[in-house]
Amino acid sequence: MALLEIRNLHARVEEKEILKGVNLTVNAGEVHAIMGPNGSGKSTLASVLAGREDYEVTEGEVLYDGKNLLEMEPDERAREGVFLAFQYPVELPGVNMATFLREALKAIREHRGLPPLSPAEFMKLLKEKAALVGLDPSLKQRSVNEGFSGGEKKRSEIFQLAMLEPRLAILDETDSGLDIDALRAVADGVNKLRSPDRAFVIITHYQRLLNYIVPDYVHVMVDGRIVRSGDKSLALELEEKGYDWIKEEVGLVA
Amino acid sequence: MSDTAYLQQIAQSDYKYGFETDIEVEKAPPGLSEEVIHYISDRRGEPDWMREWRLRAFRYFMSLLERYEETYPRWAHLKYPDIDFQAISYYAAPQRKPRYKSLDEVDPKILETFRKLGIPLDEQMRLAGVAVDAVMDSVSVATTFKEELAKHGIIFCSMGEAIENYPELVKKYLGSVVPYTDNFFAALNSAVFSDGSFVYVPKGVRCPMELSTYFRINTAGTGQFERTLIIADEGSYVSYLEGCTAPMRDEHQLHAAVVELIALKDAEIKYSTVQNWYPGDAEGKGGVYNFVTKRGICLGENSKISWTQLETGSAITWKYPSVILKGDNSVGEFYSVAFTKGYQQADTGTKMIHLGRNTRSTIISKGIAAGYSNNSYRGLVKVARTADNARNFSQCDSMLLGDKCGAHTFPYLEIENPTAQVEHEATTSKIGEDQIFYCQQRGLSEETAIKLIVNGFCKEVLAQLPMEFAMEAQKLLAIELEGSVG
Ligand SMILES: Nc1ncnc2c1ncn2[C@@H]1O[C@H](COP(=O)(O)OP(=O)(O)OP(=O)(O)O)[C@@H](O)[C@H]1O
Ligand SMILES: [Mg+2]
Repeated sequence: MALLEIRNLHARVEEKEILKGVNLTVNAGEVHAIMGPNGSGKSTLASVLAGREDYEVTEGEVLYDGKNLLEMEPDERAREGVFLAFQYPVELPGVNMATFLREALKAIREHRGLPPLSPAEFMKLLKEKAALVGLDPSLKQRSVNEGFSGGEKKRSEIFQLAMLEPRLAILDETDSGLDIDALRAVADGVNKLRSPDRAFVIITHYQRLLNYIVPDYVHVMVDGRIVRSGDKSLALELEEKGYDWIKEEVGLVA
Repeated sequence: MSDTAYLQQIAQSDYKYGFETDIEVEKAPPGLSEEVIHYISDRRGEPDWMREWRLRAFRYFMSLLERYEETYPRWAHLKYPDIDFQAISYYAAPQRKPRYKSLDEVDPKILETFRKLGIPLDEQMRLAGVAVDAVMDSVSVATTFKEELAKHGIIFCSMGEAIENYPELVKKYLGSVVPYTDNFFAALNSAVFSDGSFVYVPKGVRCPMELSTYFRINTAGTGQFERTLIIADEGSYVSYLEGCTAPMRDEHQLHAAVVELIALKDAEIKYSTVQNWYPGDAEGKGGVYNFVTKRGICLGENSKISWTQLETGSAITWKYPSVILKGDNSVGEFYSVAFTKGYQQADTGTKMIHLGRNTRSTIISKGIAAGYSNNSYRGLVKVARTADNARNFSQCDSMLLGDKCGAHTFPYLEIENPTAQVEHEATTSKIGEDQIFYCQQRGLSEETAIKLIVNGFCKEVLAQLPMEFAMEAQKLLAIELEGSVG
């Protein structure tokens, strides 16, 4: 059984149809990259999968581990193991990062029938995972994302991913705004987190990231649909030729 | 049943069962007259000077009552029916018999709330009104504290005892910060005040403990017209905690307390309050009306007075803990969290009156409104001609949980000295959908998300509370938030 099965997904926001029939199958252990021009619906897909209310699903279905994902509340999806690294992480003023993650981990572990970690175990885990993704240790003491630089926010998303150990991790442009070193650190972190029972969906504009995180599949989204899928070489081809030729092939250029 | 509903039930059940009727309560007939003042003074065995003091206040109050239409303070952003001051009984003997024989008899839901708040067992018993050894315990604990304080020469007793044993201190300072002519409710309180606390910290003494546990054990139910006086002599320090996070039962609807703080040269007073009185039922009926006058004076140079409050209870809150910065280089602070839900209304804030040179004040106010409630900040910063180089920083933030509630900010500035530096920041925001979604995406329920976000919003203020109290305050806020959004 596939971990994620998206079938003919249509979604709209404020009367405007954005996803127009997305099909995608992701198995545990795989890494999928989704590329595509600005405004094509990549973040919308991520939001719909995470359960953001603003988006109305009008058609199609999404199965996660065989279960109807669209019926679940956003927090239930997260506890079931769906993680979204946001393109624009929000700030939570005054909410301490460690407290935030302790509460989140507690909720997720409870859902899995596990007792909460002891304070000592939790602190140890926090330290370990911060090191794994190369997070500046002082960021753990601060309020969630408050006053973080763009790059620090992205790194903190990957740190949270490492802490919460999801089964399906969706990364929405985690690479944009990162300097070369940070990019490598984030990619290293993701590579260390790859495992046979975890899948990644990585939304990106840059083939560069895919040099570090080598995907099993690359998909191209245009105008609310996945119009082409291939392997890593497709990313290279896009880098070279842009999107117009694909748009032409699928008849989307005026 | 949602937690909010059951909290309301707790509060209601307190009222439903009230205090048992088989207790012989000695009570003054309703209404206010010179006889009633004599009655109060007689019962309390007060000296003549105190009786005269009350009578002066009484006459003044009656003159206000005669011109009620002009004198009653109506400027606050509050709506409630007129209070019939002649329908209230102004004296009831304070002794009360316990209501229950053991904790087993107490409503399990009340106990559940106590447990959530982490209130120790013996205190749970006292709060719930359980007899047994609880009373014995608190007496012995109190005695231990008293001995420890006496070693340092600190006086900490009821106002009644202070009038009897320390008349010179009381005569000198009572009404010196809040004279009975100050306002309508201060006049009423001065005429009929029931009891309250008195603290005197001698020169150079740093009070070795928070005056909290002791207070909480001894003065629950001091009554509806509490009077507190705290004097910190030169170079001394005291931290005082008032109130309790547990839902407070009280049979009186009208509360009008007066608190006066006096800090002499180089002295510091830190006064923290948690107010969680009955807010009324689902329609807002029957809750406590809380009209408080709290004011401190930094009388000497380099003195400091700091108010911190967490206001979650009462149907009506009318309260402006203030500081008169008279001594040069003195410091005044006001940290406040006011949370309202249901039909609660709060109009609260502060006055910082700068008279001395180089005086500094800080105001941090966080208002959170849910349900149909109204939450107002009202604050005055006054810099007198004499106050060279005065500085003030004010930050007043409001957060709305829902769209039927209201948050308002009424800042007033009176600057008479051109060297003053005054900074005011204010924000009003609705709790962010995207913040809640972010938390949910990490596995947190909506309720936990809101608790975290609100706690984060109040962090600066809660951090001012003494450590143990701060933890309780956080829990209280969390419990109050349960089910209040939607
Ligand atoms: N809440 C919203 N209200 C109105 N329009 C929206 C909303 N969210 C998304 N859209 C629109 O939907 C379209 C797809 O947006 P989306 O963010 O999914 O694109 P994207 O592929 O992630 O683009 P980018 O590469 O720039 O991040 C855009 O035209 C965008 O303006
Ligand atoms: Mg996007």
